Amino acid sequence: MSAPLAFPGVAALASPLISLRDIVKTYRRGQQQVPVLGGISFDIGKGEFLALMGPSGSGKSTLLNLIAGIDRPDSGQLIVAGEDIGQLDEAELADWRARNVGFIFQFYNLMPVLSALENVELPLLLKDMGKRERRERALLALEMVGLAERAEHAPSELSGGQQQRVAIARALITDPTLIVADEPTGDLDRESASDILRLMQRLNDEIGKTIVMVTHDSRAAQHAHAIMHLEKGELSAREEVRA
Amino acid sequence: MLFSLILRNTFRHRLRTLLTIAGLAVAVLAFGLLSTVISAWYAGAEGASQARLITRNSTSLIFPLPLTYREKIRQVDGVRAVTVTNWFGGVYKEPKNFFPQFAIEAESYLDIYREYRLTDAERREFLRDRKACIVGAKLARTYGFKVGDTITLSGRLYPGQWDFVIRGIYTGRDARTDVGQMLFHWDYVNETMKKRAPARVNEVGAYVVDIADPARAAEISRAIDVQFMNSMAETLTETDRAFQLGFVSRTESIVVAVRIVSYLVIFIILAVMANTMAMTVRERTAEYATLKALGFAPLFVMLLIYGESLAIAALGGLLGIAATFPAAAAFAATLGKFFAVFEVANTTVALQALCALAVGLVSAFFPARRAARVKIVDGLRSIG
Repeated sequence: MSAPLAFPGVAALASPLISLRDIVKTYRRGQQQVPVLGGISFDIGKGEFLALMGPSGSGKSTLLNLIAGIDRPDSGQLIVAGEDIGQLDEAELADWRARNVGFIFQFYNLMPVLSALENVELPLLLKDMGKRERRERALLALEMVGLAERAEHAPSELSGGQQQRVAIARALITDPTLIVADEPTGDLDRESASDILRLMQRLNDEIGKTIVMVTHDSRAAQHAHAIMHLEKGELSAREEVRA
Repeated sequence: MLFSLILRNTFRHRLRTLLTIAGLAVAVLAFGLLSTVISAWYAGAEGASQARLITRNSTSLIFPLPLTYREKIRQVDGVRAVTVTNWFGGVYKEPKNFFPQFAIEAESYLDIYREYRLTDAERREFLRDRKACIVGAKLARTYGFKVGDTITLSGRLYPGQWDFVIRGIYTGRDARTDVGQMLFHWDYVNETMKKRAPARVNEVGAYVVDIADPARAAEISRAIDVQFMNSMAETLTETDRAFQLGFVSRTESIVVAVRIVSYLVIFIILAVMANTMAMTVRERTAEYATLKALGFAPLFVMLLIYGESLAIAALGGLLGIAATFPAAAAFAATLGKFFAVFEVANTTVALQALCALAVGLVSAFFPARRAARVKIVDGLRSIG
């Protein structure tokens, strides 16, 4: 067990949005147990934009999956927005994700048979909301990412950067507490990647969205407030990037 | 949006979906046709009256009964009327032109077989002319027979050439009535046989017994047979339905084989469809994982998969059912003379729909269960 890291800046957070305590995660590969996270503890403040970096296999995506509630730790406590998500059953966890988490994936993960607008509208099917209201909100989200004029286009008719912007609009549509992004620029050219990162920074700066992003790219990480480095399942350092 | 998503997913791989639908349609059509063949096999028994008994020689149908039995049968308690019928087995032009021909005691026969409909004029003409015959509407259509035509039969059981003039074309009371037969006067055949084969006169193939109360069929049958016990020609009396089923039972193994093949066809398409759904779901594992990550319950994912499978099954099933009717009509036009009735029954259509539904449900079962159970992180890692 390790005490939470007292990184500069984190200590100043009045009430952390995300609190991890002694998180342990091990994967089984055949007969072998492979430790991925070895008792990690740290906090993420509300409105923070945090980049998780580390080499392949360091456990950063696993950590992101745990924070997003799509995987469970073997032990430890994970409190997000006041909820101990380790205590939730599958149905409660699904409901919790629908209310609290917006996802941005490396390969966008849009539904190919739905238009950009319908993809953005999709998470609202889980809300008690009429079709017209869903449409209006989805259009507004597409406007925010600068894609309103491509609303009726299928994902296959959009560039990678545009698809990722649709995915960001989808992540925003339910006004989640937290946005998690797993290598959001990993499949994009430099210019599109820059656009996406600026957009994420705007979401953080202007509407105060808490963002946790996994990236390999140190230039991408510069858009975050802070960078945390993971190595062999251990947090090694936290680097403050911008105020 | 759920229905829209299901429909769009269904036609995402258009060629694969269309081929699966076509396969299912052909399977449902084949099932429908084979079931109709089975129904046609039993049509005689289905259409048989409960109030009719058939008395024949207990040794075999090919052995005749004496004409003298008629009066004795008539006197049995509960018997309303008795008539005579003889299988004739003549050849019309060529042996391939097969159709049933019966020598009957005309007036009493038509009184008992009330499902054969003739106009009063046709009935009168038929009864008046000893060399007359009547033919069923289907038989008339098949060979282009008209009232006034002469039909010449070459006798195989009854030697010589036999000329009959058509005096009427009978129709059926309902679809189950056999309108593919030729009926003529037993008296005429019997009189002619006096000259051609005197040893075989006054012989009857079977008696048809009309009873007042179908509930007493077993009792009356016993009473008839008891009368002729220990005689030279003992009788076996049974209901018309049992008599007809007796014929069917001789070819029961063929019917069983046809039935097995019909279900085998459905099983094969089930395997094909299950494979299609398994492939589809495997390709979309990451999409289903994404939906679950967004907060959709595993049940929603299952609904998408079941919906897609049922949409394909419904389209294939409907096409197959729709194609069954023209296919059955074409089948009847080609081979219908072998079957008294060849019609697609409502129960056949219901079974076809049920089979299509079962294929849709069963083929989605394992893929849907797998998609619902797969862990989100594993699903997101999969590449379709």
